[in-house]
Amino acid sequence: MIGFLEKLGDDCLYYLEQTGRMTRFLLVSVVSALTPPYKPSAVLRQLHFIGVRSLPVILFTGGFTGMVLALQGYYTLRKFGSEGFLGSAVALSLIRELGPVLAALMVIGRAGSAMTAEVGIMRNSEQIDALECMAVDPYQFLIAPKFIATIVSMPILTFIFDVVGILGGYLIGVKVMGVNAGTYFQGMYASVEWQDIHMGIVKSLVFGLLLVWVATSKGFFLHEERSGGFGAEGVSHVTTSAVVLSSVSVLVWDYLISAMLV
Amino acid sequence: MTAAIQLIDVKKSFGRQQVLSGVNITVEEGTTTVIVGPSGMGKSVILKHMLGLVRPDSGQVLVFGKDLAKISGKALKEVRRDFGVLFQNAALFDSMTVFDNVALPLRERTDLPEKKIRESVEEKLGMMDLDGINEKYPAQISGGMRKRVGLARALMLNPRIVFFDEPTTGLDVHKSNEIYRLFHKTQSQLDYTAVIVSHDVPKIFKLSDKVALLHDGKLQGNLSPEEFQLSDNHAIQAFVKTTMGPIYSSDREEPGYSEKVQR
Repeated sequence: MIGFLEKLGDDCLYYLEQTGRMTRFLLVSVVSALTPPYKPSAVLRQLHFIGVRSLPVILFTGGFTGMVLALQGYYTLRKFGSEGFLGSAVALSLIRELGPVLAALMVIGRAGSAMTAEVGIMRNSEQIDALECMAVDPYQFLIAPKFIATIVSMPILTFIFDVVGILGGYLIGVKVMGVNAGTYFQGMYASVEWQDIHMGIVKSLVFGLLLVWVATSKGFFLHEERSGGFGAEGVSHVTTSAVVLSSVSVLVWDYLISAMLV
Repeated sequence: MTAAIQLIDVKKSFGRQQVLSGVNITVEEGTTTVIVGPSGMGKSVILKHMLGLVRPDSGQVLVFGKDLAKISGKALKEVRRDFGVLFQNAALFDSMTVFDNVALPLRERTDLPEKKIRESVEEKLGMMDLDGINEKYPAQISGGMRKRVGLARALMLNPRIVFFDEPTTGLDVHKSNEIYRLFHKTQSQLDYTAVIVSHDVPKIFKLSDKVALLHDGKLQGNLSPEEFQLSDNHAIQAFVKTTMGPIYSSDREEPGYSEKVQR
């Protein structure tokens, strides 16, 4: 019984400490990103890595998501004789929901995991200690450019995902299923409101912040991991845990934002 | 002589394991202090306290009179402007070239134009006998070269104190001697205070002004190398005997042979 209570206490303290550490990390990172000296070349490098290099996967997944939405939507709407609503169904699903969520999940898989591994290896090989000892702020040097680049990239990638998805939907709905092109775009024009676009933008910004926060903090605090944060196995462990945690956080916050803004 | 670093009754535990149980040491300005002891006993933890990377559970860590455990992050950054560190594995930034690694302190902490930075970097790399490797990445050079690049980076801003964490670990005798030669050369040119954590005994004694032994979480000694070897402290005697005594002994050995060799 005492052993159980001891373990429970240990667990509570560990998670409390981890929450405090990550919250402080978020605050310091945001302040570092907002205060000079700014590092335009480092931000551009990260924009290229997080934004530009995520483009192929965003184009690919965006296109196929729109195509499958049109395919499934067409069969469902046809049952009610409402094929004319296909354009609005595809656009609203993408703009309000699937665009931000799927774009975030793709960026987590492609860039988030890489960020965790990079920062984790730097922690393991004392490169972050070396920065601190050189009186170079690791938050400003290493973390802030990643925060800025992710928060700038996410809404743009989401926008691209939505546009490509709508075009994918057009390809299947109009060219394959034979829905009228004018009806497809007119339905979209009539049903999509500023509120829907606002929700998509808010979601993409929040998801961007969540994913970069989890990805960088997990690597940064690799040495504090209770399950062993050393060596290649330590890096692989935190990378997996960062991907899982940020994906779950995105889905949870997706619900919360939808509930708040609906 | 003024004290550059003072550790006063520093205690530190990680979880339930107490690593330091009351460490006291004074490092005087302009001298070389060596901390020796078996691996895994906490020598690097002492160094991390001196660098402000780890805060003590209790006690004081004074660097030029400022208590690192109590000062703000900004003040700590100011103190660290006087530091240079050569890490055990050099801790070079593996995605940057050798040139960018050595130039980093200048680019981040000064407003020097790129031309001046290039001159300074080339001068320091020349001092380390490292020519023609500017565009190579750390993974493309040998372990000894990496250490020399690390030393060049540590000395870039002419620090007042340079810390060496196991500077010759993983190097062969020739490369170790090379690192010691460069240490001696740069210290006489730049006149810095040095703190070296090492288990390369007795070679490291030749470079030191003071030697201290970490034993049972406390530092013993902090004496000149000669006094250290002749000390009647039991822990120091045992350390000197195990590290400097006969390397090999067997049951078939002539009785009293070890004692004869030691004399």
